[in-house]
Amino acid sequence: MNVWSGALLIARKDLRMELRSKDALNAAVAFSLAMLLLFSFAFDPDSDQAREIAGGLLWLVFTFAGTLLLNRSFARELPNDCLESLLASPIPAVSLLFGKAAANWALLLIVEFLCLPVFGIFYNISWTRQIRMLAVVLLLASWGIAVVGTVFGALTVNLRLREVMLPVLVYPILIPSLLAAILLSAHLIGGQPMNEDLEAWLRLLVGFDIIFSLLTAALADKVLVG
Amino acid sequence: MSAVEACGLTRFFGVYAALRNVSFRVPPGQCVALLGRNGAGKTTLLRLVAGIHSPSEGTLAVFGGDPAKPATRKAIGFLGHGSGLYDELSAEENLMLAAKVYELPDPAAATRRWLERVELDRLARSRPGEFSRGMRQRLALARVLLAQPKLLLLDEPLTALDDRASRMVRDLLEEAHAAGTTLLMSTHHLSEGMEIATHILLLDRGRVAYSGERTAAMLANPAGVYELSGDAA
Amino acid sequence: MRSKLILAALLLAALVLARNLYEIFMVLPDDAEQGAVYRILFFHVPALWAGMLAFFTGCMAGIAYLVKKDLTQDHLSVASIEVGLMFSIVGTVMGMVWARPVWGIWWTWDARLTSMFICILLYFGYLVLRRAVPETHQRARMSAIFSVFAFADIPIVWYSIRWWRTQHPQPIVGEPGAIDPAMKNVLYTNLIPMLCIAAALIVIRMHQEEISLQVERLRRKVNAHA
Repeated sequence: MNVWSGALLIARKDLRMELRSKDALNAAVAFSLAMLLLFSFAFDPDSDQAREIAGGLLWLVFTFAGTLLLNRSFARELPNDCLESLLASPIPAVSLLFGKAAANWALLLIVEFLCLPVFGIFYNISWTRQIRMLAVVLLLASWGIAVVGTVFGALTVNLRLREVMLPVLVYPILIPSLLAAILLSAHLIGGQPMNEDLEAWLRLLVGFDIIFSLLTAALADKVLVG
Repeated sequence: MSAVEACGLTRFFGVYAALRNVSFRVPPGQCVALLGRNGAGKTTLLRLVAGIHSPSEGTLAVFGGDPAKPATRKAIGFLGHGSGLYDELSAEENLMLAAKVYELPDPAAATRRWLERVELDRLARSRPGEFSRGMRQRLALARVLLAQPKLLLLDEPLTALDDRASRMVRDLLEEAHAAGTTLLMSTHHLSEGMEIATHILLLDRGRVAYSGERTAAMLANPAGVYELSGDAA
Repeated sequence: MRSKLILAALLLAALVLARNLYEIFMVLPDDAEQGAVYRILFFHVPALWAGMLAFFTGCMAGIAYLVKKDLTQDHLSVASIEVGLMFSIVGTVMGMVWARPVWGIWWTWDARLTSMFICILLYFGYLVLRRAVPETHQRARMSAIFSVFAFADIPIVWYSIRWWRTQHPQPIVGEPGAIDPAMKNVLYTNLIPMLCIAAALIVIRMHQEEISLQVERLRRKVNAHA
């Protein structure tokens, strides 16, 4: 089976299942809104301050929400030993990981695009001034979260401490890409156009995605087949 | 070419050897009952052949290919303890998914045909979570059989089924066997398993205790097979 | 054989250390600005280098395990990473001791400190992961994969943090003339005792892992007969 068609098959299956039950999606959205609300109480910012903290605040929320989504991703395969069936099927391990990563990516983006308008309203910010570039940042940084998170979600799926392990393993690895995302988002939400500095950060984001996607592809068999 | 050829298979879980130096050969077309007590290594062996685990030592070939390779797994159907069905998807969607995973030319037609074969066509849109154990097992078997695998691996396919469901599952298996599919199935149901089987592979604490034809004497006294491992039933 | 190796390594460490300690305290003068405390750098810097080298060894041994499935490689990997973690922590703490009189603070979110902190966090996750997996080969496989991801992350962390902010003294090594040749000699040669000690600790720790594997085997045997 072709790597990409296999990945597409898995991604569509995962999305269909999640959009049908909305278990993880509801939890992630509810959690994100609660966080945004709490932060607005905690900092009580005016618009200028809000623009400054926007990047950090949003990416903290998105990363935590991402963990909720990622935890479900492989847990979904556990009842009825579905993961076993997938591993025994002719779908390559790479397709399985990338398909799941793609589904998690899409779900995370849904959460992000639901949260951004709410954030704009809560904090009285017009965040759309650099929306195209902001979308690129969201896409790139979310892919990093999705791909690294999927690998470690797959690794830890059979552990008793699964839910606890994922953040402990994934957050430190994600730090560089989150820094880039925080910085870029803060500037872009502030309406600042891209400059040389910001482009360097964007390159870092791209590099991070490429490196960890390649590592995932290289180690996919080792991740899934023990 | 053998359907399954195992040579010196060993599989460790930690320091515990679930399988030790297991060698056997299954020519195409056989129906092998994989017997042994709990912990004998039956499930581990099936998972190795299915490519879910990799052997710690030894080599394994399925129709000459390595089950770790997706192309080899295309010829293998695997039904483990769990049904492998998604409760969030309907019966129809579950079969469609399998048909696409195995790249059948016409997934929709295969799905329809197999829903009819296992008499679940009227429940196509229901979810397997709502099914009885027997119906689920039928659907699970349809999921595996629809790709027409050359090698069928089954882990306790007859467990916890009532008479009618068990009869139906056995019919399906016998039909597949008659069509030339090689079967390797573990079972605790000695008498039922032996009725279908042409050969026996008996495991005892991770080792092959007996491998050979299923004789008429075994059919008459199924429990006697354990004596082959030097262990009274 | 093993104990002789350890003894030889420690002996070499002691010899070089004796010579360097004499240099550091009797020969080299105080720093014009920092006074006596700058001497801690002769240990702080080589310790961190040794730590990084140990992390690198851990990653390589992890890859070797994934290829060969030989538990000895896993033992080398875990031993190296634990020792690397220890050297990193000790090196960082020495840096803090140095920072207190020179910068006037124990901790600052300076680039190198932050990077070290993230590295420590990364490999702390490694230890948490190992504790959570009971099965030997599964543990070896998972931690090998994690060690590869973690090590691939280190350079990205390093660069991203450096861009983010820096107030650390600019790198003094490699720039000719920036450092007195006598000091440079001591700084470089002090890496020898560090590496010797690290190697000795790694060998001891590997031995422990081998013994615990044997204990597990024996326990299995006893249980099988009971």
